[in-house]
Amino acid sequence: MSAGVGVDLENLWIRFGDFVAVRDANVNINGGDFFSFLGPSGCGKTTILRAVSGFLEPSDGRVLIGGNNMKGIGPNKRPTALIFQNLALFPLMKVWENITFSMEIKGASARERRKRADELLDMIALPGQGDKLPSELSGGQRQRVAIARALCAEPDVLLLDEPLSALDLKLRQHMRTELREIQQRVGITFIYITHDQGEALTMSDNIAVMKAGVIDQIGDGKTIYNDPATAFAASFVGENNVFRGKVKRVMGDEALIATNRSGDLVARISTANQGRMKEGDEAMMFIRPEAFALAPQGAAGDHFVTAKVNHEEFEGNAFNIFMEGDGGKELKVSIPNLGQSFDDHTGQNITLEYETKNAVCVPAGELAAE
Amino acid sequence: MPSFLREFFKRNGFGMGSLMLGLVLFWTIGLIILPQLSMLDFSFRPNLPPPEIGGPKDVYTVENYKYLVFGPEGGSQSYNAVDLNVFFRTLVAAVCVTIFNLILCYPIAYYLAQTKGNHIRIFALMLIIPYWINEILRAFALRIIFGETGVFNNMLVGLGIFDTPFDFIRNDIALYAGLGYAYILLMIFPIYNVIESLDRNQIEAARDMGASWTKIHQRVVIPYAKPGISSGCTMVFMLSAGALAAPQILGGPSSLWFTQLIYQQFNDNSDWPQGAAYAVVLLVTCILLVLAIMRLFKVNMGDIGK
Ligand SMILES: Nc1ncnc2c1ncn2[C@@H]1O[C@H](COP(=O)(O)OP(=O)(O)O)[C@@H](O)[C@H]1O
Ligand SMILES: [Mg+2]
Repeated sequence: MSAGVGVDLENLWIRFGDFVAVRDANVNINGGDFFSFLGPSGCGKTTILRAVSGFLEPSDGRVLIGGNNMKGIGPNKRPTALIFQNLALFPLMKVWENITFSMEIKGASARERRKRADELLDMIALPGQGDKLPSELSGGQRQRVAIARALCAEPDVLLLDEPLSALDLKLRQHMRTELREIQQRVGITFIYITHDQGEALTMSDNIAVMKAGVIDQIGDGKTIYNDPATAFAASFVGENNVFRGKVKRVMGDEALIATNRSGDLVARISTANQGRMKEGDEAMMFIRPEAFALAPQGAAGDHFVTAKVNHEEFEGNAFNIFMEGDGGKELKVSIPNLGQSFDDHTGQNITLEYETKNAVCVPAGELAAE
Repeated sequence: MPSFLREFFKRNGFGMGSLMLGLVLFWTIGLIILPQLSMLDFSFRPNLPPPEIGGPKDVYTVENYKYLVFGPEGGSQSYNAVDLNVFFRTLVAAVCVTIFNLILCYPIAYYLAQTKGNHIRIFALMLIIPYWINEILRAFALRIIFGETGVFNNMLVGLGIFDTPFDFIRNDIALYAGLGYAYILLMIFPIYNVIESLDRNQIEAARDMGASWTKIHQRVVIPYAKPGISSGCTMVFMLSAGALAAPQILGGPSSLWFTQLIYQQFNDNSDWPQGAAYAVVLLVTCILLVLAIMRLFKVNMGDIGK
């Protein structure tokens, strides 16, 4: 029983000429959810958002908002408000006029608008700044004005296109919390677009991972991070080490992978792929840097990896060890700094161990670019 | 030496700097300010035969200006109704041409600026290339098009809309069309320039918040384009008020343009001081009018340069 208006994409295709920007997307977004589309730049995120807001008509398939087919309904008639990547505040209007532009359209009096603007300015912690021009505000303040302007239209669904990408790191992290709070307060559906997995993981109820127009996986942050459906999702979300190989044996929901470099290793088959991987299949296995522990020198078995250390670095909260890895890519290991003594291993072979639950295997596929 | 001059010389070197400065000064002082000042000087002198110039009769007077208002001394009328009438009609007509031009050019400029693709470049070329043709030839071409057996009349009569050819020339329609067309680029390009830099997302943001197209133009595009609009309007107004060829060629027999009066004074009457006075009145009135309108629409002088 969710309040709020849901959004559904059904077999959504968007083509520009011969180019397919979105391929057969199927997404159900619950009302009141904070839902993120996460993917590298150019994968079609903005295109999806434009289809939801009505600036683009689907080439095929349907967009439903609150269960209603939006076909033929223009952006000015949809219950959505879009926050643009560059905010698109009106430079010649004062902050309060910007915020209440949607009310002006509906013919509200200046007095009403002023009142509403002041309420919203209080909400975004910019009280008394209504008479400034957008150019007189800082980046973070402009960001908040854009949010207030969108909320003032009282949309059922708020669409945000990488709204934090122009901010510096500190502010970005602060705004994450703030956005999440605003969303919980107003209780409407947020559809958020980002190429930053940190943003997606910290804010979202659910995430869709996208690659080149295709949605690879939909799930909550923990699922996406711990139980990736594809090699792309595993390598794009968070840091991950890949081991290529072939399935040697399947044992229920675990598999033994004959890896190219590190012998036979055991891994959990990710939920989406259980029952779908069989002996002899090309496979990829992923273990996160923080899932390794140092093991006694020379220990062998299906959950030990031995490799030569290229270099090491001290990161404060962790010691990072970079070792010779698979496919020319370094194998990264992070040992948390708990005050233990830590020898320099550069040039030596060391042995690592992991727990099976922390290794996940999926069918071989394309990895995310660095 | 003021610091901006020192900076200027440091950047360009003394030789190059002096040359550039010299040319600019020659241009503004020698070619613009001095001739205008001598016109102003002329306008306050009586029209004397050459031997008497510099003689005892050559004194400053406001006779020439009085003439525009009151007509010849001892004339039958107390006001120079004919010339004043032409003067005001010219101003009103120039304002009309400017407004007509703006209404015509704003959508074109908006379309050019906000549409992407190669066909836009072709469109722009089609606007520019006719301007390679001499102004007088263009005016005559319009005269032919609007003539009794011109394209328009052939079409209108052929379609049965009119029984007899319509006299576009006598009704000044050819003149307005000619003036409008003559300065179309001066209106389009300043507006185009400004609108091109308008972020498309702003238009979409307004649309997303429910604005109709009229509202989007009224609240987002036109305020943004205001510097370009003022720049275009000023140029078109000044140039149409001061146009000579188009009124000469396309104007009906009964409708004189004020510039034609000025021309007559200089040329037919050989009364340079009188012509100069008329020209000064026209120039000053136009400038004042433009300043007043700029004030009304809250446009800064700096915006015009955009
Ligand atoms: N109007 C368009 N015409 C042609 N191609 C487009 C258009 N809009 C986007 N694309 C293409 O679609 C792909 C996805 O674009 P976009 O949705 O903006 O990506 P993202 O927002 O994920 O970075 C890109 O390859 C882009 O070049
Ligand atoms: Mg984008």
